[in-house]
Amino acid sequence: MQIQLWINGKTVTDDIDADLLLIDFLRNHGCYSVKRGCDTSNCGLCTVFVEDRPVLSCSMLTARVQGCHVTTLEGLPEEAEGFGAYIADQGAEQCGFCNPGFMMNAIALFRENPDPTDEEILEYLAGNLCRCSGYEGQMRGIKAYLAYKHGKEGENDA
Amino acid sequence: MIKIKEYVKVQSLEEAWQLNQKKSSVILGGMLWLKMQNRNVGTAIDLSGLGLDKIEETPEEYRIGAMVTLRELERHPGLEADTEGAVKESLRHIVGVQFRNLATVGGSVYGRFGFSDVLTLFMALGAEVELYHAGRLPIEEFAAMAYDRDVLVRVIVPRRRRNTVYLSQRNIKTDFPVLTCCVSREDGEIRCAIGARPMKAVCLKDETGILAGGVTPESAEAFGAWAAAQVKTGSNLRGSSEYRTMLVQVLTRRALLETEKMRG
Repeated sequence: MQIQLWINGKTVTDDIDADLLLIDFLRNHGCYSVKRGCDTSNCGLCTVFVEDRPVLSCSMLTARVQGCHVTTLEGLPEEAEGFGAYIADQGAEQCGFCNPGFMMNAIALFRENPDPTDEEILEYLAGNLCRCSGYEGQMRGIKAYLAYKHGKEGENDA
Repeated sequence: MIKIKEYVKVQSLEEAWQLNQKKSSVILGGMLWLKMQNRNVGTAIDLSGLGLDKIEETPEEYRIGAMVTLRELERHPGLEADTEGAVKESLRHIVGVQFRNLATVGGSVYGRFGFSDVLTLFMALGAEVELYHAGRLPIEEFAAMAYDRDVLVRVIVPRRRRNTVYLSQRNIKTDFPVLTCCVSREDGEIRCAIGARPMKAVCLKDETGILAGGVTPESAEAFGAWAAAQVKTGSNLRGSSEYRTMLVQVLTRRALLETEKMRG
């Protein structure tokens, strides 16, 4: 079947099988940040945005994103670089395999709730698993990033 | 692994119903559990073009379309206020935001899963389901029905402010619950739904009048004990039947007492 959609702002047209999952479609189109971790809809590694909402691309048919805007980490270089530096500063991750999905969902959190409490951070990111860490480094990185962002906003306000 | 031969985004409920009469067809919800099944699907039917992704409000009820996601349900201000946060509490432990952005009300309810937080919640709220052919029926009746090839169109929740408390016991965060309990009170009526027994949820009322004199620590304890005797439980890898029966008693008592606090 024919499909047309936007990947990171670029129009893509393709002929796909009815059961092609979005994760495979995206990787076929060069979005290698999108990872398959558990394949049971639990780990969050395959997180992408469809119309700016974070979803599990391992569990979504490509056919269902006909006409939609899909965003992967490749499409968010500035946000990824800015926030990623804070995660790296904390040495939060070891293998880094979970990083793209985690970054995507954290960015979704910041957009939806720019000033989250610790509890809200933990709840929003509960569907992003990391098997190397105990999530403490990620939490420190997120808090440092938010403190930086709010400080910067404060400067702008002044 | 699931294999799908044909994908059809239907134009009408009639088209969905017609296509769904074939045994090899399946109606897609969020596809989260479906994807993990090992089966060959002839036609995958997508209802997402029918405007069923909305929660409509009438003076009497919330009409929740089958394609509304669990995340949308969780963030609905009217349901949040009318259930005093119980809708959100029932959903926020389910895997993660990305999962709940896909999982649909229709898929969750149609599946009538034993582990379902959603089914427990809706039972306590006295919800009805609307099926394309069978029409409206109480969700308890629907839960007990055999699976057929009708189309679930929406879930309807009475629009009334109820004192509602949702509790669940989980071994670890985001896992399936070991037991779920939702108590909802309006005037004299008390509905107490127990799910993840691990069988499908059931709904109890105060048939014997234990709570007729009001909810007190003593009457809540007695109702919890009665509920534990009524509700059949089973064992699986998350917990034994004995443990679940104890949870029925404790969670029912706690939820009742919480609703009493709400009434101030």
